[in-house]
Amino acid sequence: MIRLDSIERVFQVGNENVYALNNVSLKISQGEYISIMGPSGSGKSTLLNIIGLLDRPNKGFYILDDVNTTDLSDEQQALVRRHKIGFVFQFFHLVPRLTASENIELPLILAGMKPEKRKDRVKSALEDFRLTDRAKHRPDQLSGGQRQRVAIARATIMEPQVVLADEPTGNLDRASGKEVIEILEKLNKKGIILILVTHDPDIGNRAVRKISMVDGKILDDT
Amino acid sequence: MRAEDILNFSIRASTGYKFRTFLILIAMAIGVASVVVLTSLGEGARQYVTSQFSSLGTNLLIVLPGRSETTGGPPPLLGETPRDLTLDDAIALKRSSAIRLISPISVGSAPVSWKQLEREVIIVGSTSELYEVRHLSMSLGRFLPSGDHRRGEALCVLGNKVKKELFANQSPLGEWVRIGDRRFRVTGVLAKKGQSLGFDMSDVVIIPVASAQSLFNTASLFRVLVQASSREAIPRAREAILKTIRERHDGEDDITIITQDAILSTFDRILNTLTLTVAGIAAISLAVAGILIMNVMLIAVSQRTTEIGLIKAIGATRRQIMHLFLAEAIILSITGAFLGLVVAFGGVLLLTRILPNFPIVIPFWALATAVGISLLTGLVFGVFPAQRAAKLDPVQALSRR
Repeated sequence: MIRLDSIERVFQVGNENVYALNNVSLKISQGEYISIMGPSGSGKSTLLNIIGLLDRPNKGFYILDDVNTTDLSDEQQALVRRHKIGFVFQFFHLVPRLTASENIELPLILAGMKPEKRKDRVKSALEDFRLTDRAKHRPDQLSGGQRQRVAIARATIMEPQVVLADEPTGNLDRASGKEVIEILEKLNKKGIILILVTHDPDIGNRAVRKISMVDGKILDDT
Repeated sequence: MRAEDILNFSIRASTGYKFRTFLILIAMAIGVASVVVLTSLGEGARQYVTSQFSSLGTNLLIVLPGRSETTGGPPPLLGETPRDLTLDDAIALKRSSAIRLISPISVGSAPVSWKQLEREVIIVGSTSELYEVRHLSMSLGRFLPSGDHRRGEALCVLGNKVKKELFANQSPLGEWVRIGDRRFRVTGVLAKKGQSLGFDMSDVVIIPVASAQSLFNTASLFRVLVQASSREAIPRAREAILKTIRERHDGEDDITIITQDAILSTFDRILNTLTLTVAGIAAISLAVAGILIMNVMLIAVSQRTTEIGLIKAIGATRRQIMHLFLAEAIILSITGAFLGLVVAFGGVLLLTRILPNFPIVIPFWALATAVGISLLTGLVFGVFPAQRAAKLDPVQALSRR
């Protein structure tokens, strides 16, 4: 469960304060499927970063699973990210020198899991995302859709509660974009909260709950 | 994160950027190799000088007649002193427990002839102890026999060069040579040995000290070589010599004592300082290598900004990122140091081929310091880039493609 309470995020641009998020409150329950839409600079990515604990609000509280994350230290936040949050990015952000399976393995390595256990998990993830025959390929040898599937496998290997996807189809053609969305929706059906930031109304409208933002405020939440 | 995973990740990261890794390794290797090779040369020079000096004999004290109050000038020669240093003085020195051996020396020059051949040669009058005190060795026969120093037997030992010039390839053993107006029987020939303590030991003839004294018609000695019973006994031996001679010379300190150790330790100090200086200069190249490591690691941090953002997003703590980058810097410097050692050993091997007479040894402390300093530079110069990586703001890091 996620609860945001009057969150403010202010950036200083020259002498002016720019409100990327202005008094945003939001409640998200387990298993929800949410899309966040809005024009560029409306604060949707900032909101995603705050939910993902990559950024801290200047004001307000963010409670994740009854823990007030705004009180946590950087190190503690990193642990929360590791275990409860998965990220999917527009540019995939795979480590170029590592193979697909090594990229998927990365969160397990950071968590200090034993190599035998890691192997099993990565193997079943590769099967789930139909990447087994691509396991030894490096990112530059994969198609866009395959890269994003590797990224999703990496985001979910720690079995997080929330998957945050920032324009996951922004860099893909229609067909692979659709495939990626379907994979994410399948994950959501298993009970993971899916929050999707997108420009594309076709994709945004597939979500059960649609939030639209303008100028750092929530305009619409249906 | 498990230690082996940190190591593995860092090694993968180093091998992922080959050119950069190659540059760092070269810089580090040059630094370490120059430290090791230069200190080896310095250490070699020190050992060379030390061994040259100790070939004079160990724990040696040299007693000269007369006293020089000032430094400089040659030591006083025969007949310049008010009171001679006599054979009895020398024998009296033997009573001290701090003194193991004494070897009185009397020197003169006389024609030496065998059949039709004659040469003017330096004649050294001494005793059987000279053999041990001066670390002599024989190429033929035996040295002077031990016995009463006051008895002048008609025996002589030829220097290598003298033997060659008088006897060529024949064996001189048992032959009688004429020295001045007396005849001496040859008992042995000295092995080749370098110049030391003023004479060329291959161009002398050694006869018993009493014979020399009667040959040159003098009671005084040129000097007395004294071997102390141990290194620690040298100051005691010195005191004993002064005291004995004072008693025998009516309370006057009219001798000069030179300890070989004093000379040796001065050289030792000079050469040590030299070695350290050279090593210090070489260490600058290690510092340069360290700065290069810092630079290249900083470049690595900015090259891999998105990667750092990503691993932060998937749950890496600041500490973990610090560890990853530090491990990388240290792996690079260890590998560089190792390569440097290989180069250094190769270089030293080459030098020993080129200069076979010069003892070049790699001192262990140089190895340890070179490797230690390279590790330290890796660590010190790795911290700043690693901190920078750890402090990266993930949002900004990930906003780049």
